[in-house]
Amino acid sequence: MKKYTYTEKKDTRSGFGAGMAELGKSHPNVMALCADLVASLKLDAFIKENPDRFVQCGIAEANMIGVAAGLAIAGYVPYATTFANFGSGRVYDQIRQSVAYSGANVKIAVSHAGLTLGEDGATHQILEDLAMMRSMPEMTVINPCDYNQTKAATIALADHVGPAYLRFGRPVVPVFTDPNQEFVIGKAWMVNEGKDVTIVATGHLVWEAIQAGEILEQEGIDAEIINIHTIKPLDEEAILKSVEKTGCMVNAEEHQLNGGLGDAVCQLLSRKRPTPVEMVGVDNSFGESGTPAQLMEKYGLNAAAIVEKVKQVIARK
Amino acid sequence: MKVEELKTTAAQVRRDIVRMVHGCQSGHPGGSLGCTDLVTALYFHEMKIDESKGADGFLNFSREAKGEDLFFLSNGHISPLFYSVLARRGYFDIKEMATFRKINSRLQGHPATHEHLPGIRIASGSLGQGLSVANGAAYAKKLRKEDRIVYVLMGDGEQQEGQIWEAAQFAPHYKLDNLVAIVDWNKQQIDGSTDKVMDNRDLKAKYEAFGWLTVDLLDGNDMQQVLDALAAAKALLGKGQPVVILMKTEMGAGVDFMMHTHKWHGTAPNDEQLAAALAQLPETLGDY
Ligand SMILES: Cc1ncc(C[n+]2csc(CCOP(=O)(O)OP(=O)(O)O)c2C)c(N)n1
Repeated sequence: MKKYTYTEKKDTRSGFGAGMAELGKSHPNVMALCADLVASLKLDAFIKENPDRFVQCGIAEANMIGVAAGLAIAGYVPYATTFANFGSGRVYDQIRQSVAYSGANVKIAVSHAGLTLGEDGATHQILEDLAMMRSMPEMTVINPCDYNQTKAATIALADHVGPAYLRFGRPVVPVFTDPNQEFVIGKAWMVNEGKDVTIVATGHLVWEAIQAGEILEQEGIDAEIINIHTIKPLDEEAILKSVEKTGCMVNAEEHQLNGGLGDAVCQLLSRKRPTPVEMVGVDNSFGESGTPAQLMEKYGLNAAAIVEKVKQVIARK
Repeated sequence: MKVEELKTTAAQVRRDIVRMVHGCQSGHPGGSLGCTDLVTALYFHEMKIDESKGADGFLNFSREAKGEDLFFLSNGHISPLFYSVLARRGYFDIKEMATFRKINSRLQGHPATHEHLPGIRIASGSLGQGLSVANGAAYAKKLRKEDRIVYVLMGDGEQQEGQIWEAAQFAPHYKLDNLVAIVDWNKQQIDGSTDKVMDNRDLKAKYEAFGWLTVDLLDGNDMQQVLDALAAAKALLGKGQPVVILMKTEMGAGVDFMMHTHKWHGTAPNDEQLAAALAQLPETLGDY
C-alpha cells in the first residue's frame, strides 16, 4: 500500500477560499457571490483584495442564482456560494432553467455538505445534492477530498466553460494530496494500485478509504483505491479498467446511496461490465446533530465500514 | 401570568439558552436571547394551549392542535430558546436540555419533528419557510371554523428570502385574520447589520402594501411592551386581514457583551464567557 501521511488538518472550504484568493489575482473575470455566509465560505481574502468583484446577496439564494446567470451572460465567471443545502435543493429550478438549460457559465460552490456539518443537524445536512446535480443535464459535479484538492478544483473550474457544482465541507480533515497537483476535471486519481478489490471514494471518504486500505493490507487484501473527485462526467475508463483487474468494487461517499457516486458507478458497471458491488453511504435516512466523527460512525461512513463492505464484496466474487 | 412572573421566567430561559449553547459549544445565542421575552410571553401568557397532562406529568401534545393556539418558529436557529420555553412550560423534562445538539438527542440543532419532541410541529432551520406553514395552519383553522390564533416568528434577515413575500401575499388574499406574524427586527444577521448586508428598508410599509395590519413593538425586550403588543395584535384580528408585529429587539439581550453586535449570532461562549454571562442572569427557577 502506498503510504499517505499528513502533517496538518484543514477544512476543504478553506481550500476553496485559498483557490478564490488566487483566482482573484489571476482571473479578472472571476466574481464571488454569497448569501450571508461569507466567513463560512472563507471568502474574506478574495473580498479584501477584490471588493468590486464580490456581490453580497443577502439571505436570498434563488435571486443569487439568477444574478449569477446574468453576470455569466455578460462574460464574468461567477462563483455563487452558500451552504450545500441552500445551493442545491432550495434553488434547483433556478439552477435548472437559468443556469444549466441556459448554458450559463456559473459555478455553484457550496460548503457544509453532508453529515460532517455536525451539530446544526439534518435541516442543514444535505445528503441528496449529488443526486440532484448529477441528474441535471450538462452539469459538471465535483466533490474534492482535502484542502489541496479543493483549492486545485476551484482554480481549474475558472477555465472550464459550463455550469458546475463544487461541493466541499466544514470540518478539518487530513491534508494528504499534492499541493501542486494538476486537477483535471473528469479524470480519476489513482490513489493506490491493487488487485483484490477496487475502492472508489469521493470527498471526505477518500481518507477513510486509505485507512481502510491499510487495515486490509494487514489482512492480506490488496486494495486498489481510486479517487473520483468528478462525479460527473465520470471517468468510466478508469473504473472499467480497474474492475477488469479486481473483479469487485466498493463505493464510498458522504451522500445517500440513492443517486450518488455509487449509483453512477453501478449504472456504468451494469451496462458495460456487470461486477459485484457494495456501497458505503447513507441508507435512506436523514442525519442528525452530533460531532462529525460520531455521525460518520453512527451512519457507517468510515474506514471500518469500508473494510466490512470489502470483505462482503470479495466473498461475492 | 403577571408581568413580574413572566420576567422571572424569561430570566431563567436566558440562563438555559446560554448554558445549552455552552454545553455543546455550538448554536445561536444572539437571536435566542433577543426573542426570549416574546416567546416566553406567548407560551406563559398569551396562547391558549391544552393544559391536560399525561401519566408522565408532562403536557399532552397534539401536533394537530385542535382548539389550541399554535406557534411556529421560522428562524429555527434560535432553537435553544424554543426548547427552554417548551421544557419550562411542561412539555418535557428540563434535564433533557443537557442533550442539546448532541448525538441521539431529541433537541436537534434546529427544531425537528423527526425525533418526536413534544411541542414541535414542523422542522425549521432552512430560512424563509415558516410563514408559509403558518398560512396553511391558519387556513385549516378557518376551514374548521376554529376560533384560534396561529403565531409565527421570523428573523429580519430572513425577510430577504423570496418565499416570505410569496407567503405575505397569500395571507391577506385568503383573509387569514387569525394569523399573527412577528418579525424579530434586531437589525443583525450573520455577515453584519441587515442594513449593510441587504437592506430591508421599510418593512412596515412593505407589509402594509401587501395587505397586512401592523403593530409596532418598539422594545421587544420590555415584557410589558411585549404583552401590550400581543394584546394590540389580538384586537386587530377578525377584521379580514392578517397582523404582523414589527418587534424591535436587541440581539443578545440580557448579556451585555453579546449585545450591539452581530458577533454572537452563532457563537458559543467559552467557560469564562459563560461565567460572565451567568453572573448577569439570575437563576430564578433552578437550572436544569
Ligand atoms: C435558506 C437559508 N439560507 C441561509 C441560512 C444560514 N443562516 C442561518 S441564520 C442566518 C441569518 C439569519 O438572520 P436573521 O433572520 O436576522 O436572524 P438573527 O441573526 O437575527 O438571529 C443565515 C444566513 C439558513 N439557515 N437558511
